[in-house]
Amino acid sequence: MVAAGALRVVRCGGSALRGARAVFSADSYLLCASGDFVKVYSVCTEETVRLMGGHADLVTGIQLNPHNHMQLYSCSLDGTIKLWDFMDGIPIKTFTVGSKLLALYTPASAEDSVFVVIPKKGERDTFQLVSVKLTKGAGQDLEAEELSVVLDGVGASTKHIAFGREGAYVVSVKDVNLQVYFFKRKLLNRFSLSTMKTKGGDNHFSCVVCHPTEDCIATGHADGKIRLWRNFHHRKEYTYSTLHWHHDIVMDLAFSVEGTRLLSGGVESVLVQWHNESSCQKDFLPRLGSPIEYISMASDGALCCTLHTDNRITIINSNLRFSRSIQGLIKSRDIKTGLVVDPRTKALVLNGEPGHLQFYSLQSDQQLFSLDIVQRQYIHQAGLAQSDLVKVAFSARGTWLATVEESEEVTDPELQLKLWFYHEETQSFKLNTRINTPHDNHITDMCFRDMEELGDDSLILVTTGRDCVFKVWVMVEDTDPEAQQSVSWSCDFVGSYHNYQATNCCFSEDGSLLAVSFEETVTIWDSVTWDLKCTFCHPPGNIRNICFGRLTCSKYLIGATDYGFLCCWNLLTCALEWSAHLNVVVLQPDPLSEHIAAVSWLSKESSLFVFKPNEPRPIYIQRNLCKEKILLAAFVPRDEPEMTSSEKYPWLRKSQLFFLTDTQELMTLSTKSLEERLTPSSKQLAVEESLPVTPFSVLLGKHRRQQAQEDIDLGKPVVHNKQEQASPAVKELLHTPAHVLPSASFLCTIFINSLLISKENKSAEEVADEVEMESEKAEDDSDEEDVTEMEQEDTSHMELLGEMTCKLSKSQEKELRKIRKMDYSWISAF
Amino acid sequence: MAAYKPVVVQACPKLGEKITQDTLYWRGYKTPVQIKEFGAVNKIDFSPVPPYNYAVTASSRIHIYGRYSQEPIKTFSRFRDAAYSATYRDDGRLLVAGSEDGAIRLFDVSGKAPLRQFEGHTKPVHVVGFLSDKYRIFSGGDDYSSNLWDIPSATEITSYSEHTDYVRCGCASKVNGDVFITGSYDHTVKLFDARTKSSVMTIEHGHPVESVLLFPSGGLLVSAGGRYVKVWDVLKGGQLLVSLKNHHKTVTCLCLNSSGQRLLSGSLDRHVKIYSTTSYKVVHSFNYATSILSLALSPEDETIVVGMTNGVLNVKHRKPEEKNEKSPKKRQPAYRTYVKGRTYMPKQEDFCVSKPVKRVLRKYDKLLRSFQSSKALDAVLEPPIMLHTPEVTVAVMQELHRRGTLRSALAGRDEKQVNLLLTFVARRVIEPRFTPVLVTVADMITDIYQPVVGQSAIVDKQFLKLQEAIGKEIDYQEELLEVLGMMDTLFATFTKKRDTYLEENKSNGLTEIIETNMNY
Repeated sequence: MVAAGALRVVRCGGSALRGARAVFSADSYLLCASGDFVKVYSVCTEETVRLMGGHADLVTGIQLNPHNHMQLYSCSLDGTIKLWDFMDGIPIKTFTVGSKLLALYTPASAEDSVFVVIPKKGERDTFQLVSVKLTKGAGQDLEAEELSVVLDGVGASTKHIAFGREGAYVVSVKDVNLQVYFFKRKLLNRFSLSTMKTKGGDNHFSCVVCHPTEDCIATGHADGKIRLWRNFHHRKEYTYSTLHWHHDIVMDLAFSVEGTRLLSGGVESVLVQWHNESSCQKDFLPRLGSPIEYISMASDGALCCTLHTDNRITIINSNLRFSRSIQGLIKSRDIKTGLVVDPRTKALVLNGEPGHLQFYSLQSDQQLFSLDIVQRQYIHQAGLAQSDLVKVAFSARGTWLATVEESEEVTDPELQLKLWFYHEETQSFKLNTRINTPHDNHITDMCFRDMEELGDDSLILVTTGRDCVFKVWVMVEDTDPEAQQSVSWSCDFVGSYHNYQATNCCFSEDGSLLAVSFEETVTIWDSVTWDLKCTFCHPPGNIRNICFGRLTCSKYLIGATDYGFLCCWNLLTCALEWSAHLNVVVLQPDPLSEHIAAVSWLSKESSLFVFKPNEPRPIYIQRNLCKEKILLAAFVPRDEPEMTSSEKYPWLRKSQLFFLTDTQELMTLSTKSLEERLTPSSKQLAVEESLPVTPFSVLLGKHRRQQAQEDIDLGKPVVHNKQEQASPAVKELLHTPAHVLPSASFLCTIFINSLLISKENKSAEEVADEVEMESEKAEDDSDEEDVTEMEQEDTSHMELLGEMTCKLSKSQEKELRKIRKMDYSWISAF
Repeated sequence: MAAYKPVVVQACPKLGEKITQDTLYWRGYKTPVQIKEFGAVNKIDFSPVPPYNYAVTASSRIHIYGRYSQEPIKTFSRFRDAAYSATYRDDGRLLVAGSEDGAIRLFDVSGKAPLRQFEGHTKPVHVVGFLSDKYRIFSGGDDYSSNLWDIPSATEITSYSEHTDYVRCGCASKVNGDVFITGSYDHTVKLFDARTKSSVMTIEHGHPVESVLLFPSGGLLVSAGGRYVKVWDVLKGGQLLVSLKNHHKTVTCLCLNSSGQRLLSGSLDRHVKIYSTTSYKVVHSFNYATSILSLALSPEDETIVVGMTNGVLNVKHRKPEEKNEKSPKKRQPAYRTYVKGRTYMPKQEDFCVSKPVKRVLRKYDKLLRSFQSSKALDAVLEPPIMLHTPEVTVAVMQELHRRGTLRSALAGRDEKQVNLLLTFVARRVIEPRFTPVLVTVADMITDIYQPVVGQSAIVDKQFLKLQEAIGKEIDYQEELLEVLGMMDTLFATFTKKRDTYLEENKSNGLTEIIETNMNY
């Protein structure tokens, strides 16, 4: 659809799943709001079944249509409510409301209206609950105009409003106030708690849910208490009971389907199940990994799921047993390790859960595994200085992994350097050596000597620390035959330079030279004798990043300084080759080519420069790469060199560049759209099937069916195989961009031939047409079809992030589509 | 969902001697038996046949000791002057000894008077031995000659006068009945073949040779002299394999253990070192009271006998193997519940239902899991844990500190418990691996219990002890820093020359900066 060649920034790694509560469908799917998309997961296989895009902003609420289980309402900050057929991933209707929608409720009692939370006009930070009448007009895009305000001054979060049993009343909480509105009696009851902070506690409401069968409201509070309200029909004689287990804010509550059990969760990452309100009997599911954000129950009560703050979904059985978890890229609070590529799996490695290292597969958008580095119980409590992973390095072949962990204490950091060996049998890393306090102060950088041809015996690890030294660690063989492991690591050399803090280290490509930067100075050391060879300096400003050139440029050393200079030194002449004024934040060499990517941060935009060290002129510049500050970048080697973009972007041929911004969005540069890369086949099939029928195809289909019937009557075997062979060829012909196709005269014969053979066959498209004919009324014209098509494009538009794309003009597209839909098989039939 | 992770107890490598299989093996000897001889013990030789008696040559006597006897079971005292080098024949029935007067005497082990007497050496004979054909004797004397004697006829066969100094050691090859070697104070070891008229090989040791030894295979030769023990490859024409310098005084005696895997050397520096014959590293060493002159190891390493210059014979017997007979006392689990089905191998079509493995947690871990900080601290302050595994106590304290509950766990304790805590802290706070944690703990304890100081004499005493311990440590550290400073000045004078060279180099990079502008 989009011409190849234009380079665009594409978001990958999924977005935060934290927009709204997840919803279980009736047939074991789990629906989640994920950024601008709605994701459909299979509960059994944990796989992403479908990605539904169409909203232009964050999706803030999803609810099943109470009158049709196969349909889903979603609302978004772009001011639209969409009705989806989530089985096929098709948007059925779009209702435009106009203002930002913050939450969505679809109680079954409301016939044709839904409830949404919108900001009150003219007032900031005030929100109101309104009911929206969904008009039953024809067409897809509808204006929802009939808005009637139900409640004023409600909370913005979806957790602050709940509908009571059979939609008889609605409850809203805000700060210390609880309001209940009875629809039938049109009565509004307000209750408020004392604002006095009792025992240092904070009794603000944090969430509310209603009992499904009784008149009972459960509210969660910021001090960890849960209150159960009854008898709230009366303004005075209301009662409440208190349940208290959580030590911090109750993030979400959920009643079971029968209302016998209440689930609660909070930052402790413990799911608590309360059985009987009076007896305080409770069960726990502890250590869920990270704070619980939302809890939702399946309608049959067999499963419940918790959404966590780190982008994880945990599915839990009804008997409070952990069932499975769905996990994308874990968003850690602070990525200190940087983006590292595991040479073995080509997975991206970075901080995951606290104390863990996540291996994230870019191809499958899945976490491969999570390696526990710190191996200590993580206490979910604010203000604790807990150890976390700060540095990671892999050896060239991925057999050794070095990790540094330190506690967050500033004064006396508790440092540990760990070396892990990849165990072939168990297919995981095994701890080999643990070094306590390798440096007296924080470790700033760490690297292995990358020498593939010399094997693992020559492995050297260098760490630099703020204690003004760099240390060289080598493997030593244990001579004792009774020892458990044959090798261990120990310090071989300690180097320093004028008592400056060591900040960066880097080995040259052949491993013969080590560059260590000490504040303003770069020192070059011989890696055999550990002699100081020479020093480079580019005052003023400390060295921020250094790296050696590769392949043909291996005689250059690149450094970036704090005061915005990018310098290139020639190692043979020991002189500055060139320098440029550029505030470089990230300096990343491609491991497979000479190219080096530098990301700069200037006046609130990040720009990308790709250059070769041997010439001062960059070969690629992309200004305004994205609005956020880019913190980290990594080149990930491709499995096979890409050919399509090779003429224009030779630096993307062997590796792909990934970025991580300060809002923890993982992005990449690509010439293709994300959907094309992920699941090219299934997506296109879905589009094909969803094409509406035209009168012509109906006519044709009728005729075909008749003929098939005749064929069967005559006893002719119906053969379908030919079409399966022909269709890919035709498809490829039609999907290839026009400018790369050979001349039409050449193609014509092939095309006709591929169609001529099928004498008694029905095309796959026709079969699809027939199925649709039976299920759906043959409606409308080609305009309708255009709308769906446009929306598909919109979704791809979303990812572009301000990058212009080359697109075919509308008329061209129409023409193409016409050609695609034309069926020439009737030629043979007549 | 993750399981509870137990507290990580930092295992520190033990300083000093490493416990290896070797140290365990060589430590398995009882306390030594000391026997006083009349003079310096110059030779100890074990009989190669059971019951493995051993002949000890000291002064003018040869004593034969039984395995466990403290008194000699037999004595040969027909020497006018000092006797030397009493050696058993392979069958354990004959014994030969040299003497100060130059005569070599051959004894029957059961008899008393010498069977033969070989006259020919004009000076004292310090070394004699049987060739492995059993019918000939070699000897070396202070008259620089090495002789070969025929036993039946008691006559001299050959005399080699090749050494240029006293011949003080020698040994016969076990594989060839004609070959023997002698070592001399002229720094050489010579290999003789009885079939030739002169030595076939000369090895230059470099120091007066005190002892020589051939490996049972006959291929390797070990010589000791000066502070060196050297191993030579005889088959390669006397090439030096390895030179060991682990003693700081003259090495006087060598010996192989029964398996041939370990080499023992005794020295005047009062040490016996044990080397592995594969890596030639010292795997163990023994300490003795005085300088060692002779050393012998019984078959199966049952006994180590060491003779010293002051005439003391030190005998160590091996401890009997400890049998683990204690376990049957414990009631075995019932067959039905535990043993049945344990050896069953699942077949291919079997469906395995695995039971979740129940992890056993230590008591403090269980308490920590349920966030009972104070009780967890109590659990690790129990005497067995606190005394034997202080690292566990410290690890739990650190974990509590990490959780931010250490202060509340330390607070609210009675006199006895505070006393216990303070004792522990005062004792362990100076250990470097515990210092960071225990300083925090001590800090907190003083903070918490400051108001009650003066109410209990015991607690006050412990506080004073703690103060004293910390004061001492500070003094010690100051001294160490002083030493470090002195060493730094020494090193600085060492490296001065190279630094100037580097300074020159650095200036190069600075001067030649060329600015190149980039145009975008």
